[in-house]
Amino acid sequence: MKDFNLVIVGVGGQGILTLQNIVAEAALKEGFDVKTSELHGLAQRGGPTPSHVRFGEKIYSSIVMEGEADLVIGLEPLEALRAAYYGSKEKKTVFVFDTWRIVPSSILTQKEKYPSVKEIERSLKNFSSKAVALNASDLVKKETGRVVSTNVYLLGYAVGKKFIPLKKNSIIEGMKAVIPEKYFEMNKKVLELGMKK
Amino acid sequence: MPSILSNKIGEKAILLGNEAIVRGALESGIGFAATYPGTPASEIGDTFASIARNAGIYFEYSVNEKIALEAAAGAALSGVRSIVSFKQFGLNVASDSFLPAVYNGTKAGFVIVVADDPSCWSSAQSEQDCRYYARMGHIPMLEPSDPQECKEYTKFAFDLSEKFKMPVLIRLTTRTAHTKGVVKYGKMEKGKTRGKFDKNSIRFRNFPPQILETHKELHEKLKKLEELSEKSELNSVFNKDEKAEMGIITFGISFNYVMDALKILNLKLPVLKLGMTYPLPEEKIKDFIKNLKNVFVVEELEAVVEEKVKEFAKDANPQIKINGKNLIPVVGELNVEKVLTALMKITGIKSEFDFEKHLELFKKLKIPVRKPMLCPGCPHRATFYAAKIAGGVETIYGGDVGCYILGIFAPLKTQDFIFSMGANEGVIHGIKKVSDQKAIVFLGDSTFFHAGLPGLVNIVYNKSNPLIIILDNRITAMTGHQPNPGMGVTGMGEDTVSLHIENIVKGLGIKNVKTIDPYNVKDMIGTVKEFLNKKEPSVIVAKRECRLLTLRKMRKEGLKLPVFEIDPKKCKRCETCLMQLGCPAITRENGLVRIEKDLCNGCSVCFQLCPNGAIRVVKE
Repeated sequence: MKDFNLVIVGVGGQGILTLQNIVAEAALKEGFDVKTSELHGLAQRGGPTPSHVRFGEKIYSSIVMEGEADLVIGLEPLEALRAAYYGSKEKKTVFVFDTWRIVPSSILTQKEKYPSVKEIERSLKNFSSKAVALNASDLVKKETGRVVSTNVYLLGYAVGKKFIPLKKNSIIEGMKAVIPEKYFEMNKKVLELGMKK
Repeated sequence: MPSILSNKIGEKAILLGNEAIVRGALESGIGFAATYPGTPASEIGDTFASIARNAGIYFEYSVNEKIALEAAAGAALSGVRSIVSFKQFGLNVASDSFLPAVYNGTKAGFVIVVADDPSCWSSAQSEQDCRYYARMGHIPMLEPSDPQECKEYTKFAFDLSEKFKMPVLIRLTTRTAHTKGVVKYGKMEKGKTRGKFDKNSIRFRNFPPQILETHKELHEKLKKLEELSEKSELNSVFNKDEKAEMGIITFGISFNYVMDALKILNLKLPVLKLGMTYPLPEEKIKDFIKNLKNVFVVEELEAVVEEKVKEFAKDANPQIKINGKNLIPVVGELNVEKVLTALMKITGIKSEFDFEKHLELFKKLKIPVRKPMLCPGCPHRATFYAAKIAGGVETIYGGDVGCYILGIFAPLKTQDFIFSMGANEGVIHGIKKVSDQKAIVFLGDSTFFHAGLPGLVNIVYNKSNPLIIILDNRITAMTGHQPNPGMGVTGMGEDTVSLHIENIVKGLGIKNVKTIDPYNVKDMIGTVKEFLNKKEPSVIVAKRECRLLTLRKMRKEGLKLPVFEIDPKKCKRCETCLMQLGCPAITRENGLVRIEKDLCNGCSVCFQLCPNGAIRVVKE
């Protein structure tokens, strides 16, 4: 298998690192070499916080290169658009993103425009083979009462559609390793919900 | 996920570079660890904090990095293996004791870990390269390239330190510290935690003329270390090829970028990977470059190794073309893209993928920027808002280093200057001595203990009159919620005295002192106005727990914070709340201002400032 490159984007606090760690543990379970890259501190406070997961036979750099992502999971639409940097038609990048917006203050105070989902989908065409917008957070909120498991729903969707070359069982093992026990069952349900979509 | 304390030899775990440093220390029989939190090194201390009790070792969050280094040195002098870690600016703070610590030498292994932050992802004051400290300090330096090496090099560092009876420096960069990778566990060693200081050793007395003898000794040690560097497997050649015309010299995180770039271009060039970067293996480098036509030195930040290679080439191969900082930037971290672009220029080989075209296409998207910002409900926002209302546009607002640095952005704009931790008191004192402008400086509770105390003493002693607002959010927030001396708990989770900031300030003889809850906006505005007109210095302790911490505690107890909403019938769309606070929970949609319920943390500041009484608590 060629190295697999995943980029997870969103805004600090959306569960990006949890998702990254689940995928990394799952990849290790399947015997791959794996590396992740994350940013902490200042960048985490409401800023864009891309996280990278790379797995394969032997991984050197932990950062996904420009245009080299196989999959981008976006927890926020504007950040999914910003991740176009990592996507390309050549690489047949797939984008899966949630439509729930967190509007940056610069847009509000300087009256810039937040692009519509349609516009984002159209823009991503030049950087992907496929871009899927999902109303995931609303679905998850309806199911669990909170939006926090949206990350796992999007992962479930990617696993179900085989956008990521890892088995469901490995992902579940990864979740067991990363998610606190009392939230595990709820998240497993959300993962399966995403897989069925 | 296997525990970092696992005893299973050969077990594989995914660890951060920072966590792997801790595992390496545990496999080396560590007994003492100290730190002051600072990203990108924070998780070293945090990991120690979480396991110290179970591992049976001592750990502390010291009050600042200088004290952390001194404490670790003291334990090591007494025969207990010790480690101290901090970010690059931490080494600046610690530098006064860093140099004598090398002179003093050590009895047990003593490892100093420093993390640089190319691109300044979490650093505000400078983009510095700590490798210069190794040369100034006469201290051996190791630079791992991935988590496995973080662990192995730490073990090597402890042995090296004991062999040469001197501390050893491990230098990380953000991406080494914050890359997770697979680490294979070795044997855990139970180390000593009790020791004894040898009163009779003359070594530990840094005093002339002994100090000159020690300086001479240090240079002799460096010679021996250089011999070790020549032989060490830490410095070795990948893709050996005697006939190659071009080679690459690299180390640390850049090694990975080089290997990936070579793979993309389908090139197999010899790569000299350096693990020990001070002292450098001169002969090994000379041998590597002697038959090459050109060599490419790949390093982040300054041209430290490149300059040495140029020096060595004068003897070994004066004709060689040396590429380095002419093709890769001094500013910002490297990545595969940057190394690849340089390699394509040198070799004339092109990658299949057209990066330039792709980048052009990406730039055309014109995506609105998203800056980091204070969290919804952050008490600092409330304090900044009140200070701005009271102080107006003429007052100087001195910034400092912590979450509150985010007050730099509109609409708050309360960081007119930023130096280093605690520095704003010194700077404002100077300003006040030569200018009649009104001035407020902000610093956090942890910063106050770290470096703020001497600055405040100086203000009192040398008589200037700024208003100092201590943002006491009951935690060290930015670096991930570590305890500080005001909280009554140590890094190992034990109860201790809780230092009372207001009492300390009063003890310094400051008369105008008041503790205010920043959520009480009216009181804060009134007091700031009053104190700004005082002829003597004044202090406000803005005391309110970090909202993230409150939120976490309440969730644990199954409680919820109140949430606010805007009554569209009463809202006159003046947008005061939106424009004055810059709160992530307040947003505009189709011309209407709205509070995002899933983001609101219920601080009530918008409720207090709404001129139309249009904001109310959501009734569940």
